[in-house]
Amino acid sequence: MSFEQLLQYLLSGVTNGSIYAIVAIGFNIIYNTTGIINFAQGEFLMLGGMTAISLSPYVPLPLAILIAVIITAMVGAVVDFLIIRRLKKPTVLNMVIVTIGLSIIIREIALHLWDEKVRSLPYFTGNEVTSINILGAYISPQVLWVLGVSAVIVIFLGVFFKFTLTGRSMRACASNITAARLCGINTRNMVTISFMLSAAIGALAGCVISPITQTQYDCGTSLAIKGFAVAILGGLGNSTGAIIGGITIGLLEAFSISVLPLAYKDAIAISILLIILFLRPSGLLGKKEAVELKEF
Amino acid sequence: MNMKKYTPVFCLIGAAVIFQIITSVLNREFYLTQLTMSAYYCLVILGLTVLMGYAGQISLGHAAFFAMGGYTTAVLTTWNLAAAQEGTLARLVVQLGLSTASTNAYGVEIRHISPWVSLLVALAITVAVAFLIGIPILKLKGHYLAMATLGFGIIVYRIVLGSRIFGEADGISDLPPFRLFGPLYVSGDPALRVQNFYIAAFLVVLAVVLLQNLIDSRMGRALRSIHGSEEAANAMGVNTARYKLHVFVLSAVFACIAGVFLTHFNGGVGPSEADVMKSVTYVAIVAVGGMANLWGALAMGMALNYLSLRGYFGSYDEFVFGGILIVIMLFFPDGLLKKENMRSLTEAAIRMKNKIWKRKNELS
Repeated sequence: MSFEQLLQYLLSGVTNGSIYAIVAIGFNIIYNTTGIINFAQGEFLMLGGMTAISLSPYVPLPLAILIAVIITAMVGAVVDFLIIRRLKKPTVLNMVIVTIGLSIIIREIALHLWDEKVRSLPYFTGNEVTSINILGAYISPQVLWVLGVSAVIVIFLGVFFKFTLTGRSMRACASNITAARLCGINTRNMVTISFMLSAAIGALAGCVISPITQTQYDCGTSLAIKGFAVAILGGLGNSTGAIIGGITIGLLEAFSISVLPLAYKDAIAISILLIILFLRPSGLLGKKEAVELKEF
Repeated sequence: MNMKKYTPVFCLIGAAVIFQIITSVLNREFYLTQLTMSAYYCLVILGLTVLMGYAGQISLGHAAFFAMGGYTTAVLTTWNLAAAQEGTLARLVVQLGLSTASTNAYGVEIRHISPWVSLLVALAITVAVAFLIGIPILKLKGHYLAMATLGFGIIVYRIVLGSRIFGEADGISDLPPFRLFGPLYVSGDPALRVQNFYIAAFLVVLAVVLLQNLIDSRMGRALRSIHGSEEAANAMGVNTARYKLHVFVLSAVFACIAGVFLTHFNGGVGPSEADVMKSVTYVAIVAVGGMANLWGALAMGMALNYLSLRGYFGSYDEFVFGGILIVIMLFFPDGLLKKENMRSLTEAAIRMKNKIWKRKNELS
């Protein structure tokens, strides 16, 4: 394999990996405050992308994306207010089943709202054929947008969780929810905020990747599964782990295409994930206690 | 034999018989087709109920075991032995008496491997795979276990979808009927609807009786102790790893048998049977059935599968399914078929009756 080829695979792996990492971070935010995996996370990406696509003919692109992010965050809040808060018996499994139900419902609503056509946002800079030459490998400028937005999201979250009162309260919920409540933190509101935050991040990611991966009513499921795999690989609740896990899975997929048929791409990445799980049952950076504490 | 314990089983048999007679009398036997299919799906759900509700281990990969059963029998029984007569393997199969002849849809006689043999092969493969992946997978917990089983499901789905031998996206069709013995056939032939309905019903009743006894046995108590607290169970001398593995393999076997029979009944199998959403659906039905509740799972499994297969909700099918999941989790987190729900239902009925009585008295 020539150097240029290697670089090409590497870049495509890192791009896909950073998309997975953003989805996984969305999972982690909700996991940290509620202890559940929100299976509707992929649908937030789809909703964000679809809303922005519908708005883009009428308003400038940045405004369309902003409105899409806000609308999706509202959907996240509504989900929490109408359903998660009202659960009679909020065990982990019940909540997971609810989010599965939600993902099905959101997908079906999207199907009836937007039909089953594949759409996409216009490229943020240039068009489909614009490409940038980096040391002999060619990439679309949109790839740089994806990498840049992922980096901004990660930095923003880092600052948010470290320096703002809300962010710190959310971290307090993550480490011990009873203690957080005793300190006067309104844990229920934290859950709402975490749903809004992860919906907003999902929507933003959905907009940025839309030109590359296209958006369809059911594009969320496969992204959610990848994101779940990445979150588990990195250790649930650990955002650094999510980035490492995301790039690992992205690279594995990219290089598996060079040796095996495309059809087996997912199978290869998942097999390696399983092997890692068998060796380290709590993921790459996960703490052992975390696994013991939050289970079904 | 404790008669009281088996009352619900007799009710189930009675309900099946009555339903068959009503549909036959009304000349609506086509309803039985979807009921038969739902019954086979219920086999998977029953096995999963014991794994999830009693042993407390989630599995998002049971569609994979179903597909393993279906695809094994599909590959083996569609292998035309007459055409491969020159091959040593084909000749060996015929000489060992493992083959059988049947006529296909065009009236041509074909020679193929007996479905009984393919059933045994499918079971052997499923047990081996469930055992091998069960040992490392069942060490995981919670979301990690969910992901690992989901991953297993994805791998099987991808292999099925990407391999020429499994027909890729088209799947495998034109399966010969499964001759059980004498005049009993598992096939989609409309003339054989009634007997197929009874074969499926028989399997479900057998499964229920078997699992009911398993739950009430030493093993069942051990499983419940694992669900309560694995550490405590271990401390009491329960070999938790072994019990978990045995139940995992047992539920995989149920899924495999369902896969073999339904594939012969449908006459074909496609990659959608191995789809991740299928596994998610099974888990969701177990949850809305009330987790550790065989009858609840059976009732919800029959109802939801039947309504969806009959296409009552048209293009809103999935929407209704998602809605049912949320509504049940919101208002009946322990499943619909719970004693408390039944009691409040009877109380409501009694109130209603009293009201009507009162009004009648006032009127007169």
